[in-house]
Amino acid sequence: MSGRGSVVGVVRRFWSARESGIVVALVLLVLVTTVDSPNFLSPQSVRDLLLGAAILVVLAVGQTVVVISRNIDLSVGSVLGLVAFATGKLLSSAPATPTAVAVLLGVGLGAVCGVVNGVLVAAARVPALVITLGTLYAFRGVDHSWARGEQINASDMPRSFLGLGTWTVLGVPVLAIIALTVVLAVGFYLRNYRSGRELYAIGSEPAAARLSGIPVGRRVFTSFVVCGASAGLAGVLYAARFGTVDATAGTGIELQVVAAAVVGGVAIFGGSGSAYGAALGALLLTTIGSSLAVLRINPFWQQAVVGGLILAAIGLDRLLAVRAANRLRGRSSHDA
Amino acid sequence: MTRDALRAVSTRWDTVLLVVLAAVVVTAGLLVDGFASGRNLQFLLLDVVAIALIALPLTLIVITGEIDLSVASTLGLCSAVMGQLWVAGLSLELVVVLVVGLGAVLGAVNAVFVTRFALPSLAVTIGTLAAYRGLAFVVLGDQAVADFPFSWTTAASSTVADGSVPWAAVVTLVPAVVFGVVLHATPFGRSLYAMGNNAEAAAFSGIRVARAKFWLFVASGAVSGLAGVYWTLRFASARADNAAGLELAVVAAVLLGGVSIFGGRGTLLGVLAGVLLLGAVRNALQLADVAADTLDVVTGGLLIASVVVPNAVGLARTRWRRRRTA
Repeated sequence: MSGRGSVVGVVRRFWSARESGIVVALVLLVLVTTVDSPNFLSPQSVRDLLLGAAILVVLAVGQTVVVISRNIDLSVGSVLGLVAFATGKLLSSAPATPTAVAVLLGVGLGAVCGVVNGVLVAAARVPALVITLGTLYAFRGVDHSWARGEQINASDMPRSFLGLGTWTVLGVPVLAIIALTVVLAVGFYLRNYRSGRELYAIGSEPAAARLSGIPVGRRVFTSFVVCGASAGLAGVLYAARFGTVDATAGTGIELQVVAAAVVGGVAIFGGSGSAYGAALGALLLTTIGSSLAVLRINPFWQQAVVGGLILAAIGLDRLLAVRAANRLRGRSSHDA
Repeated sequence: MTRDALRAVSTRWDTVLLVVLAAVVVTAGLLVDGFASGRNLQFLLLDVVAIALIALPLTLIVITGEIDLSVASTLGLCSAVMGQLWVAGLSLELVVVLVVGLGAVLGAVNAVFVTRFALPSLAVTIGTLAAYRGLAFVVLGDQAVADFPFSWTTAASSTVADGSVPWAAVVTLVPAVVFGVVLHATPFGRSLYAMGNNAEAAAFSGIRVARAKFWLFVASGAVSGLAGVYWTLRFASARADNAAGLELAVVAAVLLGGVSIFGGRGTLLGVLAGVLLLGAVRNALQLADVAADTLDVVTGGLLIASVVVPNAVGLARTRWRRRRTA
């Protein structure tokens, strides 16, 4: 009985987890596409898919940390662009730089951008949407004034670094492994660490969190640094994957990132969601793109479908929340 | 008491912006070659018309505590549909009416999600931002429709009495006055501030919050459609990617204009000053040979300063006052 009970329990837990909906959607999408053209699940095609998703996944996971605490970071695309260019510039002028150092410097530069956001949001107590919209422009402007139209090509960068974007371990792209590591690390932190749980408390009700002794300013500051660092990592990965970098890298990606998080069940006003969900959301958005291409659907439909998906996801979340609230209300009236 | 204080602060912000705007214009006129020319004034105003138009309803929306990020995509979809309808052989007068109507419908879709299903407008309009832009590409692909009648396209940039003030800017004053009067001189306008400060309290005091927000989103869509018509004629080109990314510029102008992102505070005069200030600074720096892309630093810096400086001043003032009383 206990065996059967636990199976039922697992099934029930799977259905009640918000992430399951995306898994189901993802599986259905892959199934339909594969039935139409079996090549969709060929190792090469799956590798391409994972490569394509890795950067968006890293960005979406970083964004999740910020959004959970009822903030938002719109500057991630500009941070990605700035770091990607800086990395390209560093490696073309000093090709002997070890890849690990380049990655660390990129993450560090991203974190510095995060510090700027964090200080302005946490210390000056100004809404994150406004500040990061400002730094979206400011970081991009810095990027442009540094690059002055220059473009760095793959031939300027050392092979060893570009390998980061193409190498595989047991058939799995290194880029995807890095992204997965970030997902697991952040997912574990948010779920198991006290400061991670406090981010949810802050997002649910900042005033209550402050009253219960949570250092709100410090936590919010840290979340922006984490988000900046992950955008920095994404910038390094971008440089490694595409090889060609100019000052426009990552323009407009911030809305895709927020979309991935929202599709993945991260509530835009904080307090709920997980890094796993956001990562699945990013994977789903990327898969839709390649599915449409394989299914020979006009690629122009892709963005429209993504938009519809966002609306469906927030609608579904709303429905589930209302249902859960009703159930709770019903239960408490039974108890009374 | 607090309302008076708030009003005093916001009017002061208007004044600050107008003074800064005047200072920028005078300095640029003295230092930057060609800034003070009539032709430059014409281009400056032509460039800000679309942003100014869209900023009008958006100001009211942000004051109620909501946001509409789909405006530029609405503009793009309306532009794409305008191109297709013109190719299909409809008269341009009819096309314009249909396109503005389409904008209103797109706004109504946002409104239904926000008011009927009580979903956060930030998330909804990020969704429709993607959806509408996607539909624009579905409608027109990567084609451009450029064979609009010459008389219409020149009209979009023609000037009053062949001087340097474009008709488009003068015509924009009409909706500007309408929105200004609605916001600042009607009970409906006052109710928007009440909603922004506390939607629940507003609802309990008899304000129909959902209905007001519904019509604001419809207005936002219709005006974005109108801006789409203007954009298409001004550049003589209907394209699916018209004004892509413009939503952030409009939001930046509205916030720079002193509207609180949390709602409840802001004036239309401030927003128009914000739109003109951003336009003038960019224009002057461009003439001074600063590369267009690096101007983003200025836009971002202005936006950040517009929220950080008043906050810092407020904090410093309370601290100073506390020290005096202590």
